[in-house]
Amino acid sequence: MLKGKKVIAVGERDGISGPAIAACAKAAGAEVVFVATECFV
Amino acid sequence: MPDVVISAASQVLAHVPSLARHGSKPRRELPKSAEQVEKFAAALRSFDDAAAYPPHQAWIGNVHPRDLPARPWADNAGAPRRTGRFGEVMPEEEFLGLLAAVDEFELLALSPETAKAAAAALAGHPLAKAFDLDRIEKAADDIEAVAAEPKALRLTDGAVMRCAQADDESLSAHVLIDNLAAKATAALALLHLLERSGIDPASVDYVLGCGEEAIGDRYQRGGGNLAKAVAEAAGLTEASGADVKNFCAAFVPALVVASSLVSAGVFGRVAVISGGSMAKLGMKFQGHLAKGLPIMEDVLGGTACLIEADDGRSPRVRLDVVGRHRVSAGGSAAEVMKALAVEPLVRHGMAMTDVDDYATELHNPEITEPQGSGNVPERNYRTIAALSAAKGDIDRTDIASFVAERGMPGFAPTQGHLASALCYVPHALDRLTTGDARKVLLLAKGSLFLGRMCQLSDGMSVLLERNEGR
Repeated sequence: MLKGKKVIAVGERDGISGPAIAACAKAAGAEVVFVATECFV
Repeated sequence: MPDVVISAASQVLAHVPSLARHGSKPRRELPKSAEQVEKFAAALRSFDDAAAYPPHQAWIGNVHPRDLPARPWADNAGAPRRTGRFGEVMPEEEFLGLLAAVDEFELLALSPETAKAAAAALAGHPLAKAFDLDRIEKAADDIEAVAAEPKALRLTDGAVMRCAQADDESLSAHVLIDNLAAKATAALALLHLLERSGIDPASVDYVLGCGEEAIGDRYQRGGGNLAKAVAEAAGLTEASGADVKNFCAAFVPALVVASSLVSAGVFGRVAVISGGSMAKLGMKFQGHLAKGLPIMEDVLGGTACLIEADDGRSPRVRLDVVGRHRVSAGGSAAEVMKALAVEPLVRHGMAMTDVDDYATELHNPEITEPQGSGNVPERNYRTIAALSAAKGDIDRTDIASFVAERGMPGFAPTQGHLASALCYVPHALDRLTTGDARKVLLLAKGSLFLGRMCQLSDGMSVLLERNEGR
């Protein structure tokens, strides 16, 4: 599903972190172009 | 290792509706829409509404967070009470005077009417002797002329902040008012602590600051020291101090450092203080306006607590029961919580049900939910309870009762360090002395990744325990 796609991975501090999302997306064949984790409180 | 206690704690709020538009979010968003500016102004709360707001009453010690009424809290508020056993809610008129009273560099200018009203109001304050009222009168100025100075910032109808150096961003008016507000709120909390505990200000040896504000100039942004400035403002003539930084999590490391200094015999009495974060005012205003709610981020918090050698009665800080989030630990919420809430207890053979109260991130959910940020404390408590079930301390069917009995609703303003365990300290002292709790775990988390120097979170926890006497 993600093969050949560009991915922006924005994680959340109480949920899944940006690097974890990026690792999954990369494993699924995506090109991760930006990774960050944000705090929404 | 000699035992260490928290012997006193205080908490204050300053209600500052006119300053709310100077929070980081409103400052960036309001100029984009005149309609928003009008709605924002119309949604600001009166002092009575802010003082009566039940979470604020929990903050100053008139109600335990678990005894808060049903939500929406504003609909179930009692009469406004300005003071509580932990401190007070100070109205804006007085707080503008307090800002001037702690402004060593005469950067804040007040209109003559504003200065006069503030000085008169503060002269009748129970802590009046501790305030430099002369400095308030000296702050009176032609504020239209001051507002016309380069890079001055109009704060309210009656107050203008100067910049200290026009080409230094770290000394701009908006940074300096953030820092001055943090200084004033922390100093007010520390003065309340001194007054309420009756201790000699000269007996405090050291002050550790754990607030979020960064003090400095362009050559050392954030490298400064607010703690000693607060010590001076509160009359701690024999103290020195320094700041401990760790985003929202800074309080627990500061408490552990302070306790270690006392335990090691380096100092006899150490105060841990923090002031409010002006940048966070109005942070979630868009969600509040969209749902027809008032602007609830209109208060600045201040806190102080005192660490000293075992007095035989105050709650002990268990320096042997400290949890920390290691670099190599995973970054998921569950991994962070394991490091803070499970590991230190397991190390000492304690069950998670041995802890009566868990003080975690206690952000007021009425502030966070309308903007889509959810109920932060509830998420934390569910994780802690689930870990307790996974460990076998409780049955899975008891998760809800674990949360209800050992957790609590969030009641802190969204100024992260205040919400992260810190706001519960005076309640914990009550629960561990006159109450029926034996153990309270304080745990705080910080979002290190926000500074863009690493992708990590951090966190620390420490156990407080009822003092069984020497």
